Amino acid sequence: MAERLVGADIAPPDLHAKITGRARYAEDFRAPGMVFAKLLLSPMPHARVRRVDASRALAMEGVIDILRADEVPSRDGPREACLTDTPRYEGEPILAVAAVDEETAAAAIEAIEIDFEPLPFVIDPLESLRPGGPNAYVDGNQFSGQDGWSDFKWTNTDFAKVDAGEMPDPSCPVEWTKGDPESAFAESALVLEETIVHQSLTHHPMEPRSNMAYWEGETLHAFVSTQSSQQTKFALAGALQIDPENINLVSEYCGGGFGSKIAGTTVMQIPALFSRKINRPVMLRITRYEENYVGRARPGFQTWLKMGFLQDGKCNAIDLIIVQESGPYGAGDFNTAGMIADLTYTPQNMRFRGVSMYTNTPPKAAQRGPGGAQIISMMEPILEKAGRELGVDRFEIHRMNAPRGDVQFGPRNATLTSVHAVEALDQGREMFDWDAKLAISGKRNGSKVTGVGIGLSPYTAGSRGRDGMMIIRPDGKLYVHQGIGNLGTHSIADTARPAAELLGYNWKDVEIVWGNSARAYPRSTVQAGSQTTTAHTRANHAAATDALRKIREVAAAALGGSASSYSVDSGRVSGPGGTMTLGRIAERAIAMGGEYSGEVLPDDVHAQTVPAAQILAGEGLMGIARDNYGGEGNIYSWVAGFAMVELDEETGMVELKEYVGVTDCGTVIHPRSLGAQVFGGSIQGMGMAMTQRWVFDPQWGVPFANRFYTARPPGFLDIPADLKWGAVGIPDPQDPVGAKGIGEPPVGAGAAALTSAIADAMGGRCVCRTPLTPDVLLAEIEGRPMYGRLEQHVG
Amino acid sequence: MDQAESVSVLEKKYSRRTFIKGVIATGATASSAGYLFRGSPLLGAATYQTATERLITLNVNGQERRVDVLPHETLAMTLRYKLGLTGTKLGCDRAECGACTVLIDGVSQYGCSMLTHQVRGRSVATIEGLEDADTGELSVVQKAVMEEGGFQCAFCAPGFIMAMTEMIEVNPNPTREEARLALSGNLCRCADYDKILTCAMRAAELARSV
Ligand code: FES
Ligand code: FES
Repeated sequence: MAERLVGADIAPPDLHAKITGRARYAEDFRAPGMVFAKLLLSPMPHARVRRVDASRALAMEGVIDILRADEVPSRDGPREACLTDTPRYEGEPILAVAAVDEETAAAAIEAIEIDFEPLPFVIDPLESLRPGGPNAYVDGNQFSGQDGWSDFKWTNTDFAKVDAGEMPDPSCPVEWTKGDPESAFAESALVLEETIVHQSLTHHPMEPRSNMAYWEGETLHAFVSTQSSQQTKFALAGALQIDPENINLVSEYCGGGFGSKIAGTTVMQIPALFSRKINRPVMLRITRYEENYVGRARPGFQTWLKMGFLQDGKCNAIDLIIVQESGPYGAGDFNTAGMIADLTYTPQNMRFRGVSMYTNTPPKAAQRGPGGAQIISMMEPILEKAGRELGVDRFEIHRMNAPRGDVQFGPRNATLTSVHAVEALDQGREMFDWDAKLAISGKRNGSKVTGVGIGLSPYTAGSRGRDGMMIIRPDGKLYVHQGIGNLGTHSIADTARPAAELLGYNWKDVEIVWGNSARAYPRSTVQAGSQTTTAHTRANHAAATDALRKIREVAAAALGGSASSYSVDSGRVSGPGGTMTLGRIAERAIAMGGEYSGEVLPDDVHAQTVPAAQILAGEGLMGIARDNYGGEGNIYSWVAGFAMVELDEETGMVELKEYVGVTDCGTVIHPRSLGAQVFGGSIQGMGMAMTQRWVFDPQWGVPFANRFYTARPPGFLDIPADLKWGAVGIPDPQDPVGAKGIGEPPVGAGAAALTSAIADAMGGRCVCRTPLTPDVLLAEIEGRPMYGRLEQHVG
Repeated sequence: MDQAESVSVLEKKYSRRTFIKGVIATGATASSAGYLFRGSPLLGAATYQTATERLITLNVNGQERRVDVLPHETLAMTLRYKLGLTGTKLGCDRAECGACTVLIDGVSQYGCSMLTHQVRGRSVATIEGLEDADTGELSVVQKAVMEEGGFQCAFCAPGFIMAMTEMIEVNPNPTREEARLALSGNLCRCADYDKILTCAMRAAELARSV
């Protein structure tokens, strides 16, 4: 019997390369004659380039050429180009210079004479909403494809309320209501009103977005840092307006993205365009300093929240307004945040209003759990506050408000395929020993106070309808072609496991093919939003099912008997007529041709899959199919996080003492890697809530915290030496494999468990802002808050 | 000062001038170092500039390598761009992340924050040198990482593995707490700390048993 692959700890096949230095990330590739590009970054948050004199730079020895904004693709409106003469944030790339080495390129950048016209800028979105306030763009602060730019402001009446510390009643471009919030609030036994500030913070993946490119005739060889792979090729082709089949995209390894490199990056266009211009390979090494600017950030929120509760603790109404700080090129987090609030607290009566405001800060992008992580980290302590005020156990208030299987949420009453949030909470309660921990909540040890808290966090965790493609070659091995990216989640290998198991393969006979578009990939998801586990276990399952049918038919044709009487195991197919190796089957499939060897493809595979399949056709027995399993409702995963902290009232320091994360993400494919996602995401959430702070100078509109040491992600000493994780492990019933993704939800859970535990250590007081750095907490403890209630981004 | 005023100050400050001239007013070499190492401890490390020859011999992973090195070149850049040893990663260029950790005479150091000239006559060990040169056998630390499935994106892995290699020499029998301290000079943005710690403990165990 072949081994069980689903549920086993199997190190990914690329680990050996990763730990011997052989793994090549984008900046590790070299090409003969390669030169180095450097960027000139805008020194101000909003400006127009009036004049550039590069003559001195171009005359320098070793300098090759310059690339200007008018040589790169650009579109009207709030859309990003890889170089621009109208920079909209400090650090936006203006031009690039290429030279024989990086040093010379950097010297040339500094020899460029450039004349800027400074323009008004916006750092705090509320300022842009104020009547007469500045806009991030010369032409306005809202843009629609149909009507172009407009100037959107709240009224003086709205701001009279804002300034008086009350919830305003503004009009917003996005608004939805369900149920009857007004009557529901009237019935509430308790109504809590809070203002919330959630910071914007950079992604800072460990690998900055360096990349290299060169051309061979019409073919572009691009070595990029990207979360996805197959989709990145199409994104790059779209940006450069070239035929995707003329791109050889190499993306073997990616040193993390967290949403900042979904279909590659904007700067990946620069070496491609520059190398075409100068006809030499161009390396663009992005430094950490540059990454801070061009590396994307989570949008910040300024929020008013009104939350109503019945006597027993059930949330019966929510009124939520979110002003989102969206950078110059926009983001969609606030919409998701509204949905997730409705899903997590099931109020039945809810009004949501939101506005996304352009600002002159570095560009925003989805950051792990976009929208969900912000709102959950802020609302969970408020839910616990309600528990305290109503005398309801804090665990119970999470549990009673969490959705059951029949939940309907958001303006269009979305449903879920499955939900086991309650089971995750129950399991976490036991693992954390909540009842015992509750007994030491508030305990003092000198100046230190113990606090415990819970964070329950959902996020979308799957999509459907992608293609799977695999081939059994005459060597008998199964080659699974994976168009998804390799960013550290191990999904390039793990999503092939259920398929390999279906075909009775032992893991040593499975080869994962990835990382270079010349190797042929089917239409895949972008590796984002925790889609991949679901989308590609399904797609690969479909392709394996197709392969199994073909194996049986080939065997029956060769050996006699009916196809259905043949079964596969450990590289052989056996039935009434005898047994054959799958290598022999592959040879026969090649001889039979047609669909067996992939010469004829299913009608419903995506057009992008076809040329890839044609590369492989005739080389073995091909399994190829679209995921037609279907399904009703949205696929969501959950993490329930439990944290215990010690807050030092003299220093404001918070020490995390214990953390437990329990997930509902369906079938567990790779336990060890799942645990790593639960912890990794939770710890990133804790960084978001506590250690990373991105501060701007409101006077000049420039960020101060441009590196790791100022915007510091959690290090080894920020977390305890022992953490615990668990999984509910109930398969999703609408899925052939039952697995749901896990990347996003732990971020909100880790952040919220921490913000709830800190609130507990402060006697139940919610500070309602992130990050909760020691100075912020100390100031709160001493009753002299550092910030105004709605202040964002200030130093 | 209101925003209109700051905009006008910006106008004066930047108008018709090189945008950074006022900040770094020295010659081309120093100012390019300024761009690359903005705010770095190496900025101003010009002491090596005049007195050193450029063609030097380095001992890297037990081999003598001749290499042409600029006076202010960092070890990480020499390894990556002159010696083809791209296993040493650059995560921050400035002593904040440990991705560039190498061993100098057995002691872990940030390769981004050492000048190549500083390591002349000393032995440099990088991730590429950990396997047995003849048999390809992995080092105990690498074996431990394979067993425990350490790391996610693994961009931090070479640095951590070098730090663990030093750790098991210095403290062959660490507690998890001690291992955590020993590795706290390295950052993992994927926050795979729990598994990394398990790898470190397993590495120490393997080292004790050989
Ligand atoms: S690159 Fe050297 S410490 Fe980060
Ligand atoms: S595994 Fe990604 S930075 Fe450590």
